Amino acid sequence: MNNSFIQINNISKHFADVKAVDDVSFEIKEGEFFSLLGPSGCGKTTLLRLLAGFEYPTSGNLLIDGTDITALPPDKRPTNMVFQNYAIFPHLNVEKNIQFGLRKLGLSNNEIDKRVKDVLLLVKLEGYEERFSNQLSGGQRQRVALARALVRQPKVLLLDEPLGALDKKLRDEMQLELRTLQKNIGITFVFVTHDQQEAISMSDRVAVMNDGKIQQLSVPNELYKNPENIFVSDFIGETNFLKAETKSSHGEFINVLIEGLGEFKIKNNLNIIANSSDVVCSVRPESMMISKEKSDWDICLDAKICQTSYLGEMTRFYVEAKGIDKIITVSSQHFDNKSFHNNECFVSMSLEDISLLNKK
Amino acid sequence: MIVFWRKIYAKYDNVKAYTLLSPALILIILAMAVPMALMLSFSMFTQVSMMEIDYTFTFQRYIDFFQKNLLVTLLIKSIKISFLVTLITLITAYPVCYYITFYVKKNKMLWLVLLTLPFWTSYLLRVFSWKIILGTKGVINSSLINAGILSEPLTFLMYSETAVVITLTHAWAAFALLPLYVSLEKIDFSLIEAGRDLGLSRFEVFWKITFPLSLPGVIGAILIIFIPTVGDYVTPALLGGIDGRMLSNMIQAYFGKINNIPMGAASATIMLTTVVLITIIVSNVTKRLTQRLT
Amino acid sequence: MNEKNSTLLIYTLLYFGFLYVPVLFLPIFSFNDANYMSFPLAGFTTEHYEEMWSKRNLHKALWASIKVGVVASVVSTTIALFAAKAFARYKFRGKKISYGAIMMPFLIPEIILAVAILVIWVNLGFKLGLVPVTIGHTLFCTPFAMLILLARIEGFDFSLEEASRDLGENAWGTFFRVSFPLYLPGIVAALLLSFIISFDEFILAFFLTGSDATLPMYMWGQMRFVQKLPHVLALGAVIIVFTTFIVLFAFWLRNIGQGKAKKDIAIKL
Repeated sequence: MNNSFIQINNISKHFADVKAVDDVSFEIKEGEFFSLLGPSGCGKTTLLRLLAGFEYPTSGNLLIDGTDITALPPDKRPTNMVFQNYAIFPHLNVEKNIQFGLRKLGLSNNEIDKRVKDVLLLVKLEGYEERFSNQLSGGQRQRVALARALVRQPKVLLLDEPLGALDKKLRDEMQLELRTLQKNIGITFVFVTHDQQEAISMSDRVAVMNDGKIQQLSVPNELYKNPENIFVSDFIGETNFLKAETKSSHGEFINVLIEGLGEFKIKNNLNIIANSSDVVCSVRPESMMISKEKSDWDICLDAKICQTSYLGEMTRFYVEAKGIDKIITVSSQHFDNKSFHNNECFVSMSLEDISLLNKK
Repeated sequence: MIVFWRKIYAKYDNVKAYTLLSPALILIILAMAVPMALMLSFSMFTQVSMMEIDYTFTFQRYIDFFQKNLLVTLLIKSIKISFLVTLITLITAYPVCYYITFYVKKNKMLWLVLLTLPFWTSYLLRVFSWKIILGTKGVINSSLINAGILSEPLTFLMYSETAVVITLTHAWAAFALLPLYVSLEKIDFSLIEAGRDLGLSRFEVFWKITFPLSLPGVIGAILIIFIPTVGDYVTPALLGGIDGRMLSNMIQAYFGKINNIPMGAASATIMLTTVVLITIIVSNVTKRLTQRLT
Repeated sequence: MNEKNSTLLIYTLLYFGFLYVPVLFLPIFSFNDANYMSFPLAGFTTEHYEEMWSKRNLHKALWASIKVGVVASVVSTTIALFAAKAFARYKFRGKKISYGAIMMPFLIPEIILAVAILVIWVNLGFKLGLVPVTIGHTLFCTPFAMLILLARIEGFDFSLEEASRDLGENAWGTFFRVSFPLYLPGIVAALLLSFIISFDEFILAFFLTGSDATLPMYMWGQMRFVQKLPHVLALGAVIIVFTTFIVLFAFWLRNIGQGKAKKDIAIKL
């Protein structure tokens, strides 16, 4: 399997004064489900469009399967795109929409028919051939867009926030379907989204972007457990930031003075220098425990609950903990807002759940 | 080579846009800019005789223009008539626009289309219609005489400045309606309701809220009516007589019977300059008015 | 607003009357059995229409107007189509200036355009005739066609064109298979309305046709003679009916697929 199937080499894209994509380099593996994740304006869609050929890079080049495609127009690239608004041709029915891209491939009529039939089966839209765009629901249009792109059997499928317009339930269903589909047909997917939950649940690897740069590129697990900077830490899931200072370093570990809590030995994944106050600690709400009695965890603090948010599957507690000067969030699936007498509780955390990050 | 061109083309939106725009821009340059430049230079020459033109540059034509009583009068009259027409058209059309914007609920488009429909028939024919209506043996006079109301026809209705103003008001009505409608449509009705709610009378609401907000449309309408009217030829020629002549009739004569091209060119240039000046003045004045009122 | 305002309504209807009645006089008097136009009406006759059919010069002029109109509308609509696409689709430097430049023919009294083209045409040594008229009409119709097309194109989803490119079509293929079919109602509307503008246009024709009359020129010539008047009325009536139908059709076309009615001919100044 080609580990550098798609090569993005020092790609930059400037619009007037804005650096939409700022010297980005990475590789995507063949057959991978790869996501570009980030907030609006981070450059992820621009990067996708650069891959598709709708934007021309200010500098850098792109290779797919060894071929330099940088100067190729969109119609000559081995990529196909599923657009955010689906872009279904309103003057053609579903069948003709899907056939649209097959004309230029020089296939026989029989082959065209077969491919269309097969892809309709794949996206579960058999029987919809005669319908027009305005007779389809959002989810159905999305599938037509998908079918239309897949029928050309591209080397790479580009998806621009395809699930954005769907309601939650449909979205969850489609996430699973897309994932399964991708595994079955084995085409490399490059998926753009701003929804971190979506990226984490569907992808083999995720590149988190902000301000035109890649903040971190790893498997979803790593992003969550070991964020490499504040942005990623904050963007993926929820987190609490604690003031910190590094003291002496001991190989893999480093002594960190955390706010008013004391000095602790934390794993130094990012090789942060000793004796620095330019650092911060990050702890996720789900990794902390809220309890009625003191616990034997590494750190256990007296705390008072200020607010709660009941979310059905869990409850979020906003607490004032002794030694920490701001409100921290703790989530729990066991307790809810009625569990604590006088809003008094204990909040505990384990050292291995604390991440040390540069303040930047 | 192709790759190089592809890179340039793909790289710049500017290139793509101007490629598409080039036919239009070439047309404008060749069919308008260049001819007008040439006309401008002709206004600096001298017509020596029927066939001969002296090509030495001189501003004499312009001096001649402002020394001729007739020409200056025509210029002023053209401006005056246009101003009148603009004013009357605006005032008479405004209520109609207002009605359609605020009181018609269904099929606003239909009303507008129906209102502007007469505009699409030949201008020449419409002027001609007015000739029929306003003439001494025309519709108005013959009806009134037959009904016994008049004993003699009203002569001021034809071959006069009045005739020109009436006809042009009819001709440009559609033009006034559209920009006004667009502007009125944009007004947030809740502002008007708020005005009433705060105790303002209907008139005050109109004068202090609606009208100022519709100013962009008013300006648009003013310019759209005023500019072509200044240079109108057909109406004064058909029913202006002597009294209702406008500058364009003189320009036509210079290019026709009189055959003094430089004078004609100079007159046209002066007309153009006047139009441009007035446009600039109107835009600036209304900009300041809008700033003060809002 | 649920109130009704009958004063305004009556005023509006009267205004309608003011706009329509003068135009309606032409057909009315075209059937009048007399050579002058005054009340009371003399009697009903269709002889003016028959007379109209027999005039050879009229047919020549009509044919000339059609030729000029077709060429001018096709050329101006094509030019305007590309220009409209540029304005709607791309951000580029000099956008406002280009827009103003293309709108110029609208913002200048027509007589000045006519005179300018006359001067250059004659000085280039060419003869007056239908050709300079066509050029003048094309110039005059282009901004107009562009406004119509802009209104249509601005609502256009450009990702459809991108999708077409993505699916393997080059620029031309995209235009023919995707853009053109979707622009078509707007294009036809622009064609028809430009044709009518050219068909009815007087002043450019007046200065530039020389001896090849267009229909308005023919009518102008006839208007000066009272006896010849009636068949001009008949001609006028026919033209009015003809143009009305075309305009209504063009407006209907403009609104297909547009959903809620937009403000057409929103003249941006």
